[in-house]
Amino acid sequence: MRGFTAILRRDLMLAVRNQGEMLMVIGFFAIAATLFAFGVGPEANVQSRISSGVVWTMALLAALLSLERLFALDYEDGTLDQLMLSGVEPAAMVLAKTIAHWLTTGLALLIAAPAVALSLQLPSQAYGALMISLLLGTPTLSLLGAVGAALVLGSRRGGVLLSLLLLPLYSPVLIFGAAAVEGAILGINTTAPYAVLGGLLILALTLCPWAGAVAVRHAVE
Amino acid sequence: MHKFANPTFFMKIANAIYPWAVGISVLCFVIGLPVALITSPPDYQQGDTVRIMYVHVPAAWMGSMVYAVMAASSAVYLIWRHTIAHIIARASAPIGAMFTALCLVTGMLWGEPMWGTWWVWDARLTSMLILFFLYLGYIALGDAFEDQERGDRAAALLALVGSVNLPIVHFSVEWWNTLHQSSILSMKGFSISVQMVVPLLLMVGAFQFYYIAVLVIRLRAELLAAKIRTARFNLAAAG
Repeated sequence: MRGFTAILRRDLMLAVRNQGEMLMVIGFFAIAATLFAFGVGPEANVQSRISSGVVWTMALLAALLSLERLFALDYEDGTLDQLMLSGVEPAAMVLAKTIAHWLTTGLALLIAAPAVALSLQLPSQAYGALMISLLLGTPTLSLLGAVGAALVLGSRRGGVLLSLLLLPLYSPVLIFGAAAVEGAILGINTTAPYAVLGGLLILALTLCPWAGAVAVRHAVE
Repeated sequence: MHKFANPTFFMKIANAIYPWAVGISVLCFVIGLPVALITSPPDYQQGDTVRIMYVHVPAAWMGSMVYAVMAASSAVYLIWRHTIAHIIARASAPIGAMFTALCLVTGMLWGEPMWGTWWVWDARLTSMLILFFLYLGYIALGDAFEDQERGDRAAALLALVGSVNLPIVHFSVEWWNTLHQSSILSMKGFSISVQMVVPLLLMVGAFQFYYIAVLVIRLRAELLAAKIRTARFNLAAAG
């Protein structure tokens, strides 16, 4: 447990001292949404119709963008080998790094999401659903992403490969995340998508740290 | 089970199965294709378009089945480190990807006259598309490393992660959009006539044994490639 908090604190400190990363994620999120607005045109009703899906998709892509560096820097300078030798349970190490990743990117996305949604004319009754669905969904994205990031460690084409691996795995989260927001716009009870997002989060929380630990072990061996 | 892990012993069995697999596959194609495409009755609603089903449905089944084979062999490889298990998984991936692609293409060809559009985001077509992407990811990850074994292990783990994810994708996509007709072969009994089931099963048999035959060919090639690698390595070490 001490090792877990130590790794968590270390990764958070690194993120705080090197804020470029967080800002980049938010910047990508905002710019991608702007490009979407250019793509579909300025009519408010068209934007409002697709805003729920666009905000969720852009948040997902922004989360994907930052994943490559989750383990890569520690892998390159050998820190990851030391962490694996340190006696901390590898799954706990992966979980700590994943939580740190979510706190620095997922949370940032959560803060930026209302502004992006506002610019895309998301109807006002849907903001609560947007925040709840992102809160339940983005940790799952980080957890799945940790497995993917560990799998591509040391590969020849990290970034593109990572997207190819993760986007199929991300599709259920996107479906239910966007469905919750869409439901809220239409005034439908959104308990079902929340429940599924929560279920996916619990499933990811129980399986991903272990799968990630196996992948990291393969990478440093 | 572990004695099958010996590649020489395994290939002896595989080579013995090979002519039978080729024979049965060819036989099923020779009988099944004319029955499916010419003599079987047209559907009362879909007309002759229904004949696409005789290729589409077996391809869809094979796409899923080959992934199951891949995931199971990958598990065996990760647990017991039997190289032959991984070679089976790696040799299966392109075959499975091609079955999935065939299913998607025939689905599109069927969709144009039926739905009036080449692509509909229908639940099962979308699941197959995701499955296709998983195959591509598996193949790409296996090839992405300088160190072959590292790629093997990463790909094997990905196959397992994908096998957990696939049912979830399937159900979420189903929930997301249900437009397709209900599954044709249900456990409770056939909902289509015997005249259609027989050619369908023949085509399933043809596809199944085609997979086995091609798998054996690919296994031979993989093992030869491994031998060449070792020989080159030894040559370089000696020189």
